[in-house]
Amino acid sequence: MKTFKLCAVIVFALALTAFAVKTDKSTGYTIGDIATDFSLENIDGNKVSLSDYKDARGFIVIFTCNTCPYSVAYEDRIVALDKKYASKGYPVIAIMPNDTDVKPGDNMAAMKARAKAKGFTFPYVMDEGQDIYPQYGATKTPHVYVLQKTKKGNEVKYIGAIDDNYKDVSAVTESYTEDAVDALLKGKEIKNTKTRAIGCSIKVKS
Amino acid sequence: MKKILLLLCVFILSCNNDKTNAEKADARDELEMPKEVASNDYDLEVYNYDGLEPLINIKDDKLHVVNFWATWCAPCVKELPYFEAVNEYYKNDGVEVLLVSLDFPKDYESKLKTFLNKRGIKSKVVALDDTDQNRWIPAINESWSGALPATIIYKGDKRKFYEQSFTKEELETEIKGFLQQRK
Repeated sequence: MKTFKLCAVIVFALALTAFAVKTDKSTGYTIGDIATDFSLENIDGNKVSLSDYKDARGFIVIFTCNTCPYSVAYEDRIVALDKKYASKGYPVIAIMPNDTDVKPGDNMAAMKARAKAKGFTFPYVMDEGQDIYPQYGATKTPHVYVLQKTKKGNEVKYIGAIDDNYKDVSAVTESYTEDAVDALLKGKEIKNTKTRAIGCSIKVKS
Repeated sequence: MKKILLLLCVFILSCNNDKTNAEKADARDELEMPKEVASNDYDLEVYNYDGLEPLINIKDDKLHVVNFWATWCAPCVKELPYFEAVNEYYKNDGVEVLLVSLDFPKDYESKLKTFLNKRGIKSKVVALDDTDQNRWIPAINESWSGALPATIIYKGDKRKFYEQSFTKEELETEIKGFLQQRK
């Protein structure tokens, strides 16, 4: 009888998970998924793919743009992330996911100007055709995905915010993205694998 | 009588000239907001999440519509007239709109209050200033990724969350759905 009850509980729990997965509208990645590679045009005119980075141990993929105040507030911190972690094997790859007819301020010319003005040290590529961001499940800018290179591919290890204070870098108490990469570098477990922050919805043609 | 009233509402709503606003909002870059500083007598209440929480969980007979927005968010600005219309024309049906601004505190005077005065926004507006977003975003709704705009519609224990933009028709359909359940 006891086993039966236990079985019932397990079956019920499994049913719940199955249900949860099915009803989950957001189709993007969750922790442990293998992220797709891409070939997207960079501000220098060249195509960029994750596979170009033979020596990388992983990536800090950030969906961001010119026109979102939250993205702008984080620009310097994104530059700092690349400076700190590119040499350790985790370069930043910034992807601009917006439709540029809806947001002309995010077109290639504007991206180039912004990258130059802010001294971007990393690729700033455009998701032209908007095929990549839905696969990742990005919904807003900025939206971070930390990937780790494994035998299976680039495994998603962290999804979410850069840190816990968009307003004031000196008041940050949790540097979520840094903590995630630090943990990966040390081979430790990431404390917060998913965090949330306000951002601008990714713009698509209506 | 009710039907006539409803038709009247729909008529007034459709007459509302919000298209020009929407187009303006679309054409404008999110960062290029009006820069002039007007005399802003708007009495803006600013809350952290603990202060906001009771305002988005009111237990009364009314249908509450809570919209999270910001002046820099073009799709938010575009749908704002629809929320204003709901607030005005469904008032007698016990509908109350609360607009929660996520503008940056440094922009309250120069941008937010100027915007509210200029547009003559009549719905109640409060500002949420709480950097611990990783705490309050899931507290507002577990499924919210954090993208703006977002909306809650609730009455008593019935509650729906929307991480999306509304067309005028979509918003009215949701409101009517809630109102019809009462009968």
